[in-house]
Amino acid sequence: MAKVLVVTSGKGGVGKTTTTAALGAALAQSGQSVVVVDFDVGLRNLDLVMGAERRVVFDLINVVQGVAKLPQALIRDKRLESLWLLPASQTRDKDALTDEGVGRVIDELRSRFDWILCDSPAGIERGATLAMRYADEAIIVTNPEVSSVRDSDRIIGMLDSKTVRAERGERVEKHILITRYDPGRAARGEMLNIDDILEILATPLLGIIPESQDVLKASNVGTPVTLNNAESAPARAYVDASRRLMGEEVAMTVPAERKGFMNRLLGRRAA
Amino acid sequence: MDVRADPTRQLVRLRGRSYVAFVFSPVVPIVEWLAEIDATLARSPGYFVGKPIVLDLASVDLSSSAIAHLLGSLTERSIRVLGIEGVDEERLGANMPPLLTGGRACVITRNEPVQKPEPEAKPKPTSLLLECPVRSGQSIVFMEGDVTVLGSVGSGAEIVAGGSIHIYGTLRGRAMAGVNGNSNARIYCQRIEAELLAIDGYYQTAEEIDIALRNRPAQAWLEGDTMKITPLN
Repeated sequence: MAKVLVVTSGKGGVGKTTTTAALGAALAQSGQSVVVVDFDVGLRNLDLVMGAERRVVFDLINVVQGVAKLPQALIRDKRLESLWLLPASQTRDKDALTDEGVGRVIDELRSRFDWILCDSPAGIERGATLAMRYADEAIIVTNPEVSSVRDSDRIIGMLDSKTVRAERGERVEKHILITRYDPGRAARGEMLNIDDILEILATPLLGIIPESQDVLKASNVGTPVTLNNAESAPARAYVDASRRLMGEEVAMTVPAERKGFMNRLLGRRAA
Repeated sequence: MDVRADPTRQLVRLRGRSYVAFVFSPVVPIVEWLAEIDATLARSPGYFVGKPIVLDLASVDLSSSAIAHLLGSLTERSIRVLGIEGVDEERLGANMPPLLTGGRACVITRNEPVQKPEPEAKPKPTSLLLECPVRSGQSIVFMEGDVTVLGSVGSGAEIVAGGSIHIYGTLRGRAMAGVNGNSNARIYCQRIEAELLAIDGYYQTAEEIDIALRNRPAQAWLEGDTMKITPLN
């Protein structure tokens, strides 16, 4: 049974595209067939993070408008057999997406894949509402900062009212994914802590991705972080999150501050 | 050559059609009854225009000349009589409206009680219960009475109620109670971190709310022109 999952957030720059690529790769690695769809028309990035930017011929807009067939636009990942990408167009207007066109593409994807991961543009505009419109589940990506958390709250409200599921009286299953979490700064009160975020958003937690250089490194070489360095802390956190998505019970690990001697020394000096 | 047009036979078509006619039943003294008609016309001059009117003379005993006079008085008021009933045919003159029989009663006022009780049977709800959190950007407006929220009210959300507001979670957004001018309305919440509290137009912003109250159960009410916020128990 195909699942349509939207990766969304209110605020931009919290890591939606990184998350889409990392979770897509992690799900594909566990044997599921996965397509990641870039809904960020006008500002496409998912193809870059997936390392497929030089193989884009047709895109989502072409398929929605009927210029190209879906198989022509789908790009197979070079590393994983069961991972596919449906890229966005950077040259088109974001208004080129239509409700029924997106619905048709999603329906066609449903018949081919186990997982359809939609990378939503930030904000609450048409592009974001179209990305979430046909979703069965949603991952709300949020940073441990107040602006990001408040905007996520707004997005959760929209998921409860503007999706096809909500209009039919059903529920879109929602998960919170906290990215760029720095345990040291959270302990010093420079960041919201996890309990506060979950209390504000009143939505179950899918995972906590620690702040790490590995994320930046991976996206710069065009590889999902889960493939680039599978042993890194963010990669392991994403793999855990993907297993939770598949219904496995995985204990939640809250990244802890590594109290090395140098760290302690520097921490004291900073204080 | 003869030019001859065959006269086509014109068929007389009889069709039935029914109208609802007003029935005037004059009572003695006729002068006072006419004064009543005048009063109705004064309120709405066009009321009888284009409406079929039947004169029911069963309750009065008028001579032929009195009927003629009554018809004349009605014509003066631009009321045209379609027919007359309830009188012997010999009292009607040749230029008077025809005698009608067999009219069926049609009580116009009977329609109203049939429609009316249906909507009134269901009393309007006086309180609104929300079982889910109110999210940022949502605005709940309920002028009819109290609003109860079982979850939290997010920062950037607002609740506007005609009555009191009860929040069994954290109030981070705005709460406006008693917006209809109900100064007895109150705001209760399990944890107060509100952006704004207002009762009947008197308000306090987050800055003015005592910091000692933060994160505690609290209630707000109006005492004259000042809003009081105190911890619950």
